[in-house]
Amino acid sequence: MDTHSDNINSAGSNGMHTPDSKVPFGALDGKWNKHRFDVKLVNPSNKRKLDVIVVGTGLAGASAAASLAELGYNVHCFCFHDSPRRAHSVAAQGGINAAKNYRNDGDSIYRLFYDTIKGGDFRAREANVHRLAEISVNIIDQAVAQGVPLAREYGGMLDNRSFGGAQVSRTFYARGQTGQQLLYGAYRALNRQIALGKVNMYPRHEMLDLIVVGGKAQGIVTRNSISGEIKSWAAHAVVLATGGYGNVFYLSTNAKGSNVTAAWRSHKRGALFANPCFTQIHPTCIPASGDYQSKLTLMSESLRNDGRVWVPKAAGDKRNPSEIPDTERDYFLERKYPSFGNLVPRDIAARNIKEVCDEGKGVGLTGQAVYMDFADSISRLGEDAIRARYGNLFQMYEKIKDENPYKTPMQIYPAVHYTMGGLWVDYDLMSNIPGLFVTGEANFSDHGANRLGASALMQGLADGYFVLPVTIGNYLASLGFDKADATAPEFKQTEKEVIDGIDKMMSVNGTESPDKLHRKLGKVIWDAVGMSRSAEGLNKAIADIKEIKNDFETNVRILGDKHNLNEQLEKAGRLADFLELGELMAYDALQREESCGGHFRIEHQTPEGEALRDDENYSYVAAWKYEGAGNTETLYKEELNFEFVKPSQRSYK
Amino acid sequence: MNITVKVWRQKDGKQKGKLATYQVPNVSPEASFLEMLDIMNEQLVNKGEEPVEFAHDCREGICGSCGVMINGRAHGPDQAITTCQLHMRHFNDGDTIIVEPWRAKAFPVIKDLVVDRSAFDRIGQAGGYISVNTGSAPEANEILIPKDNAEEAFTAATCIGCGACVAACPNASSMLFTAALVSHLALLPQGNIERSKRVEAMVAQMDAEGFGNCTNIGACSSECPKQIGQHHIARLNREFLRAKFINAGAPAEAEFAG
Repeated sequence: MDTHSDNINSAGSNGMHTPDSKVPFGALDGKWNKHRFDVKLVNPSNKRKLDVIVVGTGLAGASAAASLAELGYNVHCFCFHDSPRRAHSVAAQGGINAAKNYRNDGDSIYRLFYDTIKGGDFRAREANVHRLAEISVNIIDQAVAQGVPLAREYGGMLDNRSFGGAQVSRTFYARGQTGQQLLYGAYRALNRQIALGKVNMYPRHEMLDLIVVGGKAQGIVTRNSISGEIKSWAAHAVVLATGGYGNVFYLSTNAKGSNVTAAWRSHKRGALFANPCFTQIHPTCIPASGDYQSKLTLMSESLRNDGRVWVPKAAGDKRNPSEIPDTERDYFLERKYPSFGNLVPRDIAARNIKEVCDEGKGVGLTGQAVYMDFADSISRLGEDAIRARYGNLFQMYEKIKDENPYKTPMQIYPAVHYTMGGLWVDYDLMSNIPGLFVTGEANFSDHGANRLGASALMQGLADGYFVLPVTIGNYLASLGFDKADATAPEFKQTEKEVIDGIDKMMSVNGTESPDKLHRKLGKVIWDAVGMSRSAEGLNKAIADIKEIKNDFETNVRILGDKHNLNEQLEKAGRLADFLELGELMAYDALQREESCGGHFRIEHQTPEGEALRDDENYSYVAAWKYEGAGNTETLYKEELNFEFVKPSQRSYK
Repeated sequence: MNITVKVWRQKDGKQKGKLATYQVPNVSPEASFLEMLDIMNEQLVNKGEEPVEFAHDCREGICGSCGVMINGRAHGPDQAITTCQLHMRHFNDGDTIIVEPWRAKAFPVIKDLVVDRSAFDRIGQAGGYISVNTGSAPEANEILIPKDNAEEAFTAATCIGCGACVAACPNASSMLFTAALVSHLALLPQGNIERSKRVEAMVAQMDAEGFGNCTNIGACSSECPKQIGQHHIARLNREFLRAKFINAGAPAEAEFAG
């Protein structure tokens, strides 16, 4: 037992059970099929007596809302955006994986399953990941039928490209706007159900709490962002598809509004939060330019198909890149990982980029950047071919950096991009609160300690189109048709707590804007819970976060009216949750005395500097239970059983 | 750079608005336009004044949330970008910049620079989809689509629904927005079955929302951050006329109201 974990409550001591994943028995490739037969069904004519709330309209939410409505349920769908089309899935660039094997290059469902499990550094459930790989092929069919204009070849067939962590070409794409096109497909399906009256759509409604009655999720509380009205809504089940929490870092590739509030407030109502320290730092983003920086922009991983990553061999070489001859460049990913080269998984690429910059070989004004160079590909394929593949990305880069990447190598640096952690769910995507389902990035499942590129779109749509519509029935079939009464005391009480929380924040009337405090939090998290972590740094971060939290509670300043559009108020509420989550992330990183995927503890590395896992002691999902304000959370462990694959040290060399 | 910002302030949809003037000193030319507004708002908070509300989210030109008139131009002086992709290097030290919300009857102001664009969602709901339930799709490569058609459909489908086309148009017409979706789906075999019904329903909804008509000015395409071309409007008109022939004899409510 190490000393650092002494202050962490472990579940064994208080007798509560570790969460049950409810993974079906049987052969790996038969589990989902068998489960679909075993689940209880709701009679088609009874579905219209059941109400389901879906929060969030990204890939996971819009696909779920549309599919549930098609089945006949009454769906009530909420998003904080002005339109469901604006959810942040829209910004996903590179592609979506599917085991179609259209390229005849040896791909299969099992290979996609294995690549994903391995890419996640053996910290995900086998059964979930295999199901994801099975469903991947149906997603492409569905998207094409909806009119999603995926890239095609001259024969009219769908085209594919390669992505990191795989040696087959299984990624489907729509130029650098795959997320946008898939989201609009789901949005059109949602619009159709809205028109048919099967979905009631509530844009500009932010979920601020979960209502639990008799131990079951029975509704939510929302704030109307224009009128400020606080209102509760009752349903038979609640689905959270509210995305990830990357904005805890303040600077990330997430949209400015992306937040953890719906998930975190459900956590405070009893839902376990799993693996919060598993965050993904994406290797290729446009570097920050100054302290006014408000967000970071991703440059898709697909660019590593044609872009070669390098730094000057000599530290401090400030020559123009065109003046540095090939022999004086270090193509460090190709050198260290000859078989995967520039296409190593994201965590490995990001860590190597940080390492060369820490050695003083970084380029650009700040030295916090490396080159991604397309010169070789342009001379081999021509500029037009590169423009056809990445035109919008190159344009985006040029607008931000004012440099032409067709002529000058891009400068890139890692940034926070995705969070593998999230609310704990079982095989049915249900949290430990009956009736609360969590889909897409908001849940913790499928990606383990590191997500492979082009897998987020796959998971969000698998959950929403194909998994949830089956598994939610299993729960709903066991309920009666009586819905919770929205005038029940639990509803009024939860509403009151939301209103009191807002009033308390607004009455502080201090001097610091929410953004200013959020930047401080982000810096602490980036330094201590970013690309490399240490016990010392994490312990300090916990103390620092408590201090910022205290500053927030005593010194935040929210101007404006709570009964009007008020972004300051929205930001403050979200920051309050990020502050609590940030502390839990540090605790989670502290207890995990191993390195795996994106979680790199400097105390645990191989002699070559690669992540050193400890399967004997840490092959589990860390699921945290909220224990009240100011108390340390309790850790529950879901042991991961590898029945079908043998965890090995990942090698991409 | 030192910038003077004249920005539209309006408390809510009921009250009248006016331009307010703020000084924003020490702006880096590398900062984005929205980061300049962030700095301005931070100063307002420090002074105890309510910050200016503006819509924004992804800040990389894809969500379609942002969009303001900058010196009279939708999304500002650069081409093929959204407001969030505009950088201060396009302005000069000492410039005065006038910032206003989109102006259109169908886009009422909610507060300051934020407008209500829900009319776009309703146009989509009127028929901007292919009726296919989850699970009933055929194998993807059974639907062959010529590469050029797929590319052209994709180009139309890149519309982000920001509303710059409406804001730039003297008639506040949403023809380009509607055309992009009609054109995208009409170009694909999957969209063919419903194409006549779709175009009539969407055009009817567009008119019901209070958007103006198209008089072939072209400001919409010129200010479109995704550079969606005028030929999509031509295709919308052709689709509409085609539908009139095919749907002749259809119930009166399906007829074009304009």
